[in-house]
Amino acid sequence: MQYHTATSYENAVELAEAAQGTIRFLAGGTDVLVQLRAEIVTPDVLIDIKQIPGAADIQCLADGSWQIGAAVSGAQLDEHGTLKANWPGVVEAMNLIGSTQVQGRATLTGNLCNGSPAADSVPAMLAANASVTIIGPDGQRQVPVKDIPSGPGKTTLKSGEVIASVNLPAQSASGADAYLRFIPRTEMDIAVVGCAVSLELDGPKIAKARVAIGAVAPTVRLVESAAEGLIGSTLDDAALAALASAVRDACDPINDKRGTIEYRTHVAGVLAQRAAKIAYQRARSKS
Amino acid sequence: MSKIHVSTTVNGDEVEFLCDPRETLLDCLRDKLNLTGAKEGCGTGDCGACSVTLDDRLVCSCLVLGAEAEGKTVSTVEGMAEGESLHPLQQKFIEYAALQCGICTPGILVATKALLDKNPDPTESEVRYWLAGNLCRCTGYDKIIRAIMDTAADLREAS
Ligand SMILES: Cc1cc2nc3c(=O)[nH]c(=O)nc-3n(C[C@H](O)[C@H](O)[C@H](O)COP(=O)(O)OP(=O)(O)OC[C@H]3O[C@@H](n4cnc5c(N)ncnc54)[C@H](O)[C@@H]3O)c2cc1C
Ligand code: FES
Ligand code: FES
Repeated sequence: MQYHTATSYENAVELAEAAQGTIRFLAGGTDVLVQLRAEIVTPDVLIDIKQIPGAADIQCLADGSWQIGAAVSGAQLDEHGTLKANWPGVVEAMNLIGSTQVQGRATLTGNLCNGSPAADSVPAMLAANASVTIIGPDGQRQVPVKDIPSGPGKTTLKSGEVIASVNLPAQSASGADAYLRFIPRTEMDIAVVGCAVSLELDGPKIAKARVAIGAVAPTVRLVESAAEGLIGSTLDDAALAALASAVRDACDPINDKRGTIEYRTHVAGVLAQRAAKIAYQRARSKS
Repeated sequence: MSKIHVSTTVNGDEVEFLCDPRETLLDCLRDKLNLTGAKEGCGTGDCGACSVTLDDRLVCSCLVLGAEAEGKTVSTVEGMAEGESLHPLQQKFIEYAALQCGICTPGILVATKALLDKNPDPTESEVRYWLAGNLCRCTGYDKIIRAIMDTAADLREAS
C-alpha cells in the first residue's frame, strides 16, 4: 500500500488518476482503517486529503449558506455554535456517530462516501437539501447529496472524483431540522432506523418540508410524499398520521437480528412523527 | 516495501521513526517508541484502550496511521505523570481502586484528562457519555466514575 498526502484537490485527483489498483481517499479513516485492518478492503493507494488547505474549515458564506470542508470532524461541528443553531439536525446526526474518539476524526463526507444505508448523517443532509462539491478529472461539479448514494457501499462518484465540501443552504428565519435514530443501546451502535425532518414555517403553518429515512432501504431515501402531507398543516394529528403512513410506505428494509421488516417499518413512522415534532418546536421557538 | 519516515512530537519530545504505510499510530507507539501504555483491545475503534490525543483531539490510535502523525503532537498516558509524581487522576484511580486488570486504564485516563481540560465541571452523565467509547470489562465503571468526579472537584478547588 502507498500513502500519499494530497496538497490540493486537483493534486488528489492527479494522484488518483496515476494510481494502479484499489484507491481510497482518506478523511477521518474511521471506516477506511476498520476495513483495512479487517482485510475487507486493502487499498493499493491511500490518498490523505486532511492536509489540503481549507479541508478542515467550516465557512459561512455571504448568503448565509455553509461550506463544510471534507476533513471537518464531528467534534468541530459540535463546537460550532452558529452552525449548530442553524442546522441542529445535521449536527446532532453527525454527533451520534461512534464515541468521543470517533468524533475526533469522523467526517460528513466519509459518512456519505462509505455508502452505508444506515449512515446517520446522510438522512439529515438529505432533509437539509445539502449538496457536495466534487472535483474530478473533468473539473468541478455540484451535486445534491440525494444523488450520491446508489446502493449499499456504493456511490455515484466516478473514478478519480473527490469531494471537497458539503454545502448546506442558508437556513430560513423560520426553519429548523431534527434527526432521530433508534438503536437498542444508548450509544455506540448502528441505526436500526433513522429519520430526519427539515421544516420551514409560515406562522404556525408548515410552508416547506423535507423528510428522509435511513437504514430501512438499500440507500438513504428522501420521502417526497411524506413531505407533501405536512405542507399547509400545523402538524396536527391528521398530518402526523399521514406522515407516518407515507414514511412506512417508502420503507423497504432488510430482515436481520437487529430488526424485522415489520418492526423497522413501524418504528420508521414513529421516529418520523417524533423528529417532525422536534423540528417544528425548534422552528416555532425561533419566532 | 518502502518505509515512510515520520517526525512527530510525543509527550513533548521530538521523535522520528520509520513505518510501513499500513502500520497504525498504536503499532508505532508500542513497537517503535516503546510506549506500551496505549493498548490494543479491539483494533476497530470500539474499546478505547488505545486512546491518545493527536493535536489535543482525543482519538483511537488504532484508527490513525503512523504516517498521519507527521508534524503533529501526540500525548499518551506516559506523559501524564510529572517525573515521579502522578497526575491527580492517576492518584485517585489508585485510591478508589478504579481498576482491576488495568488494560482499559491508560485509555480511560487519557480520555478523562481530555474531558477535564475542556470541561472542568462535568456532570456524571457528561462523564459517562464522554467515556462511552472506553470499555472496561472488570470494574463495572462505578469506581471509575467516582474517582473522576472526585478528582474534578479537587482540581476545581485547587484552581
Ligand atoms: C467505533 C465506531 C462507531 C461508529 N458508529 C457509527 C454510527 O453510529 N453511525 C454511522 O453512521 N457511522 C458510524 N461509524 C462509521 C464511521 O465512523 C462513519 O461512517 C464516518 O462518518 C466516516 O467518516 P471518515 O471521515 O472517518 O471516513 P473515512 O474512513 O476516511 O472514509 C470513508 C469512505 O469515504 C471515502 N472518502 C473519504 N473522503 C472522501 C472524499 N473527500 N472524497 C471522496 N471519497 C472520500 C473513503 O475513500 C472511504 O471509502 C462508526 C465507526 C466506528 C469505528
Ligand atoms: S484498540 Fe483502538 S479502540 Fe479498541
Ligand atoms: S480494569 Fe480490566 S478492563 Fe478495566
